[in-house]
Amino acid sequence: MRVLLLLLALAAPLAFAEEESVRLDAAPIDPRDVASLQAGARTFVNYCLNCHSAGVMRYSKLLEIGLTEQQIKENLLFTADKVGELMNVAMSRKDAKEWLGTVPPDLSVIARARGADWLYTYLRSFYRDRESATGWNNMVYEHVAMPHVLWTLSGQQVQVERKFKNMEQAEASARQLKNAWKVDELTPEQAGKDEERFILKTIRTETPGSLSQLEYDVLVRDLVNFMTWMSEPNQLERKQYGYLVLLVLLVLVVLAYLLYKEFWKDVH
Amino acid sequence: MAAAEKQPVTISGVGPLNGAMSGLLTWIDQRFPLMDLWYSHLAKYHAPKNFNFWYYFGSLSLFVLVLQLVTGIFLTMNYKPDAAQAFASVEYIMREVPAGWWIRYMHSTGASFFFICVYLHMFRGLLYGSYRKPRELLWIFGMLIFLCLMAEAFFGYLLPWGQMSYWGAQVIVNLFGAIPFIGPDLAIWIRGDYVVSDATLNRFFAFHVIAVPLVLLALVGAHLLALHEVGSNNPDGVEIKNAKDAKTGIPLDSVPFHPYYTVKDTFGVAVFLVVFSIVVFFAPEAGGYFLEANNFIAADPLKTPPHIAPVWYFTPYYSILRATTDDFVRWALTPGVIAFAALIIWSVKNTVVRGAVGAIAALLLIGFFNLDAKVWGVVLMGVSVTIFFLLPWLDRSPVKSIRYKGPITKVALALFVVTFFVLGYLGTEGVTSGRTVAAQIGTAVYFLFFFLMPWWSKMDKCKPEPQRVTGK
Repeated sequence: MRVLLLLLALAAPLAFAEEESVRLDAAPIDPRDVASLQAGARTFVNYCLNCHSAGVMRYSKLLEIGLTEQQIKENLLFTADKVGELMNVAMSRKDAKEWLGTVPPDLSVIARARGADWLYTYLRSFYRDRESATGWNNMVYEHVAMPHVLWTLSGQQVQVERKFKNMEQAEASARQLKNAWKVDELTPEQAGKDEERFILKTIRTETPGSLSQLEYDVLVRDLVNFMTWMSEPNQLERKQYGYLVLLVLLVLVVLAYLLYKEFWKDVH
Repeated sequence: MAAAEKQPVTISGVGPLNGAMSGLLTWIDQRFPLMDLWYSHLAKYHAPKNFNFWYYFGSLSLFVLVLQLVTGIFLTMNYKPDAAQAFASVEYIMREVPAGWWIRYMHSTGASFFFICVYLHMFRGLLYGSYRKPRELLWIFGMLIFLCLMAEAFFGYLLPWGQMSYWGAQVIVNLFGAIPFIGPDLAIWIRGDYVVSDATLNRFFAFHVIAVPLVLLALVGAHLLALHEVGSNNPDGVEIKNAKDAKTGIPLDSVPFHPYYTVKDTFGVAVFLVVFSIVVFFAPEAGGYFLEANNFIAADPLKTPPHIAPVWYFTPYYSILRATTDDFVRWALTPGVIAFAALIIWSVKNTVVRGAVGAIAALLLIGFFNLDAKVWGVVLMGVSVTIFFLLPWLDRSPVKSIRYKGPITKVALALFVVTFFVLGYLGTEGVTSGRTVAAQIGTAVYFLFFFLMPWWSKMDKCKPEPQRVTGK
């Protein structure tokens, strides 16, 4: 009880103690792009679904993005026997904790928790880090427990730093960059004599992977597109019904207004 | 009254079914006060004819209540109040129950719209002095409804069992832990466990789906009965009963609620549904204000989110809670209580009142120096909500409506509304030293508005009220 209170009291100021975070790239996703969703589904099942479940998502839901039952069965059904089953993983929570140190989170609605932009930037921001347990680190999510599963595709990145005397110069330089970046600020004491207090951090590809950077960006775009669709598969249907409902309601508004005016015309 | 003594019910108009319908209504009316209720609450309930925009929100609140009850019933059919299944069962409703997403979004959006309607309804009361004599009890019933609504929203917010549900409930229940002596045990008793857990979820479910709604419905009934007993106020704040037709006894500036206000409120409901549906179908998360991003992560008792904030409708009070630091107690509350006690003792000549005020002030001052600031934060938060109960006695203006009040009231009310919004905004954000100072200033203004009301409302230069409503 005391400990919990203490934790809660500490938690509030912590939110602002973190250093400046990476500016997120806008994910160029489109839930109407069926080809992109299908490509994303393939990447998701092949790379993510080994450790992460999507426990409220049925394989059969993939019929809605234009796949046939045959296609799902032959290409995507690794962890289940029937297309009506849920996208669970074979690994138990206990094993996961033992092997990976933490249970990989379920990804069914992760896009609604993190946002598409966060996922899009995060999956393109891994870099090599000798000091971490997995050998990988991430610009968006520091010391993340997940290793860079897509590294054979993206190649290996390293973090690079450049020092600047003021924020404007650092940001101007950062705007030329394609990859995620952030600027850490040192205190004058930390910076020492040369007064270069602003450290621009970004990543650079050291060893290319099997995809070009552009191809990798497209792959991540498709994956994030799929995960965003999966987080709310009814989102397109919802908007379509919305237009219909609004149309009916506008008619109701007009009728109700005319009725109201008719009844009230004698009241002065 | 014996059955035979009642007049038969006749329906006007022509049609083959009229005879049968009249017969049926007569049969019912001789066994149940059907027509009495119909006349006293609708067809012969005479309401002022000059209701304006602000008067839509009473009937809209009732409409949202019904919407929440109906959508809630359907949600209950598929929701599982079980810590292991709750989160997934909500997603099951969203994905696999036919139209489940629609029902769920109506319920989640309805919760926020309930507060929007009720806040606007209360603001209407502040504008036109609707709480003034003889409507004090009506106002108190309304405030009890508001308290119930807050409880209902709080219990309901735990049910999706996301991270915000979980940690929000943890923070609020821990507030009870701040009460001296009994606090920690009280918090355990409320949770049914040492942390928020399955036991907590089960009891919150029981409170959310049956206990609080029952009380809420009873209070809404009492609120309406009290309203129909004293009659509605209106934007001019003058009683329509003062000018009655000599023959019929019906107020001259009134119209029967049915059909005049039933058709007008139907129009209001139609417009409301357009706005409501735009949110439900196109922006159900409302930018994270109605459905918070963090709540799409299942509750994890071992991972405290970095930023815990209640839903927007609680944030003004939450800001007041967080603004109450040691410094605030020392430099604002302490001189505030001394000055306020001096003010009362100076302006009230009654010795008993003076003595009581002095004693209460002394007790508070002892408390300020001996109890944790957190306790006073909880107290202030409680007072910030319950102070509304006292409005009928705090407002001592000679007139009711803002239309005839003077500049002091207008400035004070505007300042209060701005403060309420600023505190609300600050409550959704994390803490910085600048924001804490802003929240402390806001807290001071919030309480000065209420505590000094007996003086500023009386000092104000009001215009004379008209004899009858102006019809505008």
